[in-house]
This record gives sequence, C-alpha cells and structure tokens, in this order.
Amino acid sequence: MLRIPDDLYREMVEHGLREFPNEACGLLAGRDGVPVRFFAMRNLDASPVSYRLDPKEQLRVFDLMDEEGWDLLGIFHTHTHSEAYPSETDLRLAFYPDAYYLVMSLSDRERPELRAFRIVDGEVTEEELEIG
Amino acid sequence: MAVNVKLPTILRKHAGGAARVTAQGSTLREVLEDLERSYPGITKNVLTEDGGLHRFINVYLNDEDVRYLGSLETPVAEGDTVSILPAVAGG
Repeated sequence: MLRIPDDLYREMVEHGLREFPNEACGLLAGRDGVPVRFFAMRNLDASPVSYRLDPKEQLRVFDLMDEEGWDLLGIFHTHTHSEAYPSETDLRLAFYPDAYYLVMSLSDRERPELRAFRIVDGEVTEEELEIG
Repeated sequence: MAVNVKLPTILRKHAGGAARVTAQGSTLREVLEDLERSYPGITKNVLTEDGGLHRFINVYLNDEDVRYLGSLETPVAEGDTVSILPAVAGG
C-alpha cells in the first residue's frame, strides 16, 4: 500500500495541469516506503502521447536521492486523453521493477484520477493507493 | 584496466544482486564485453542486436553521458566509474 501525502499529491496535479495537453512526468522519492519529495521533471518528448525524462536531469535527481538516502519510490506521468492505466508503451519501457508506476488521467481535468501499479517483466499489478 | 560499474536494480539479478561490480577493459565496449563474460545475459538489454547502445539505456562515465563522449568506443581509465541507468520513459 502506498500513501501519498496531500501536499505531494497536489504538486503532481499542478504539474500535470501545467504541462497539459502534453504528458507530464516526475519522480517520487521516499524513505522506507514513505514519500518525502516529488520532483516535477521535464518531458523531453514534449508530447501529448509520450514522455521521456531528460537523462541529465534524471541522473542529477538520482544522485541527489542517493546523497539524501532516499529511494526511487515512484515514477509519475499523466495520460492526457486516456485512462489511468499503463499503456503498451509504458509496459515496454518499464525498467524499474522496484518503483510504483503512478499514472494520472487528466481526461477530465476537473477530476484527476491517480492509480498506482507495479510493472515487472511486462506484467501489471495494481497497488492500493491512499491520498492524504 | 579495472573500472567500477554501477548497476540498476533491473540488472542486479544477473550479478547475484550486487549493486556495484568491477570489470576490465580499455574502452566502454570492452568493459561491457567483460561484464557479459562474468555475468551472462547482463548486457542483453543494454546493447542492441547489432552491437550498439540501446536507445533507452543511458550510460555515464564518471557522470558524463557517453553519447557525448565516444559512445561505446569511449576510452576508460583505471578506477573510472561506469553507471548504467535505464531511461524513465513511456506513453
């Protein structure tokens, strides 16, 4: 089970809406499974149908997490026109089996929907998610 | 030349769970070849079938992206650190 505090959840929603209609992406850092910080990241693809972190920015944040003793708890991205469920591309490019894949649908921007998944060897498992 | 290699979680299963290993070589390609000899299968998703660097794998030599150095032909020196970091991407 993953519980995301309100303030970090709001940062995700704000980042998602700011990047709309392009997909937004980010990294959730945690300690012992508890989220501590959300990093809003640049989508190098600047696209409504795909995302890719800037490798330089990714390395910088990974190094920072190492220094702070944080783990990569979650990988966040938005779907701007489809449901909050990993796409075929998400499965193909899921290289982080230890992270929660956090997918937020903004197909109704008034009511963002966030869901959490594990993706291991192309297999999706939904995980329980609480906000607050 | 012995270099340190930092492995992402997804590749550690090939190396008995180790996060860091050492490998030999004078170029990045030789280092990866040595890694494959020690841990068969570990470079399967790092290199493409024609021996290039996979588009969704980023490799850093002492924090420099090797794509801006000499890619797989980048020379390495004793004690260098090679970090393998899969892209964070999707659709």
